[in-house]
Amino acid sequence: MTLLEARSISKRFGGLQAVKDVSFSVAQGSIKAVIGPNGAGKTTLFNLLSGFIAPDSGEVLLRGMPVQDLPSHAIATRGLSRTFQHIRLFGGMSALENVMVGRHVRSRAGFMAGMLNLAWTRAEERDIRDRALDSMEFLGIGQLAHANASSLSYGQQRAVELARSLTSEPEILLLDEPAAGLNMRETADLAVLITKIRDRGITVLIVEHDMSLVMNISDEVVVLSYGEKIADNKPLAVQKDPQVVRVYLGEDEC
Amino acid sequence: MFQRFRHITALAAAIAAVQLLTAATGKEFFLTQLTMAGYYTLVIIGLCLLMGYAGQISLGHAGFFAIGGYTSAVLTTVDLSAWKAAPAISLLAKSGILTGRADLYGGQILTVHPWAAFLCALCITIVVAFLIGVPVLKLKGHYLAMATLGFGTIIYSVVLATSRFGAADGISSVPAFPLLPGLAVTGGSSQRVANYYFAWLLVTVGMLLLINLIHSRVGRALRSIHGAEDAAGAMGVDAARYKLNTFILSAVYAAVAGVFLTHYNGGIGPSEASIMKSVRYVAIVAVGGMGSLWGTLIMSAVLNFLSLRGYFGTFDDAVFGSILIAVMLFSPEGVLKLDIRSLVGRWIRTDRKAGA
Repeated sequence: MTLLEARSISKRFGGLQAVKDVSFSVAQGSIKAVIGPNGAGKTTLFNLLSGFIAPDSGEVLLRGMPVQDLPSHAIATRGLSRTFQHIRLFGGMSALENVMVGRHVRSRAGFMAGMLNLAWTRAEERDIRDRALDSMEFLGIGQLAHANASSLSYGQQRAVELARSLTSEPEILLLDEPAAGLNMRETADLAVLITKIRDRGITVLIVEHDMSLVMNISDEVVVLSYGEKIADNKPLAVQKDPQVVRVYLGEDEC
Repeated sequence: MFQRFRHITALAAAIAAVQLLTAATGKEFFLTQLTMAGYYTLVIIGLCLLMGYAGQISLGHAGFFAIGGYTSAVLTTVDLSAWKAAPAISLLAKSGILTGRADLYGGQILTVHPWAAFLCALCITIVVAFLIGVPVLKLKGHYLAMATLGFGTIIYSVVLATSRFGAADGISSVPAFPLLPGLAVTGGSSQRVANYYFAWLLVTVGMLLLINLIHSRVGRALRSIHGAEDAAGAMGVDAARYKLNTFILSAVYAAVAGVFLTHYNGGIGPSEASIMKSVRYVAIVAVGGMGSLWGTLIMSAVLNFLSLRGYFGTFDDAVFGSILIAVMLFSPEGVLKLDIRSLVGRWIRTDRKAGA
């Protein structure tokens, strides 16, 4: 079953055609990757899918419902959670509080309930805290719960950001370059982690510059070049695709 | 959780201690200014939520205070007895929404009951805050400051130019606000102690509600908006709605204070709507530690008391202006983002460097 689908979406920034007529779909329970050289439009594509920017044309369907005109918070409420290429934690809050914000879409205490601190509000608050701690334990960062988020190392901040997304129990998780800044061993750990997340029933879409992470774990890979989709296939087939080899691997200076 | 109640209990104890101290030293007349300081503190803690937690500035909060005060003042002083025969008026009179009382000159007049006026004031405040908040909260930083300043200016001009609001003289002979049998919000010296406790009870309850709020899901959402608005959106936080609700809530705090202080003083004048009042509120939130409800409460009680006792003399507004300048100078991120601990930390670090 298709969970998320892009139908010929395009986005232009002034003279730059960042994403051009891209279509693809993500099957429920799968891991799909979007790869491409720097500037291929991967992050723009992510911003389009998560409602951070609206496409000039085309549709984004989440469970068959068009969401391209919804703001990001409304898309999050519908079960799509994302991380950022440049980590965006909430400064001045502890790691645990950051992760607890992830539960926002699945809890309901409003201004009145919060001010009056009713019995059900306190129960909900305990539940939010427990689930946030569970996510942190799952990612092996339980001991960081009470650390100030902005005092953590880069890798730890990435993990907190991921825990925050997981706490919302999303239908689909969008990871924007999760391996950026990680060394080879950490990248290998991350690959294991992503498959574990998939095994929890969460569909995963990864944008990645680094091929080594995605080729092993992805069910399917979309390749972008200058905003256009040039391949959408199984990892092995993509690696053998002459056009991909030419525009991506052939010019990879890494 | 327990810490929350410890702080509130400490506040209650401090309130009682101050009253006992004034009684013991024969300075009961201080209670009048302390009561007024209590109502101003209510405005300021509401503004602290908006500035410190939602990260939005308002230079128009005196406007909301004035909306509350003036609505109540007008409704409880306008004599409707000439229309007594009209069916709508007589129905309102029978239902208790209108009430007859003797005016200053011994004549019998028919006015809106203070409680009904209070509810009207709250409704008007909510509607105005909503209508102003929707467009204005799309702005950020200085632009938001300027837009709310514009709102404050409008309210001030309207108050000053409307004869129904008493123009430059304001409205006087506002009646007492009955709370319980034998207890009313009024400036009469027989009720001075009771009024002091009532004003600070409102502050304590207001404080408890805000502290609960900032420790709740909503408080976390507000701080997340302050921290990284785009990431908050990605977590499903509707930033626009949360900012608007916070704006309305803090406006309601200001209006409640406006209503009760007007009844306590027996009147209200246009100076309550002036820009300098709004600036004063912002200055106190800033010096209180921007985002520290307790720091703001303490600074507000002290500075308002000193100001109302006249310790600052003719430099009253200048003192608050200077406070704002000092805060801006010592806070590189300007008035919108100040962490008093980092400020103190910087001094300590500089001292160490100087010592070494």
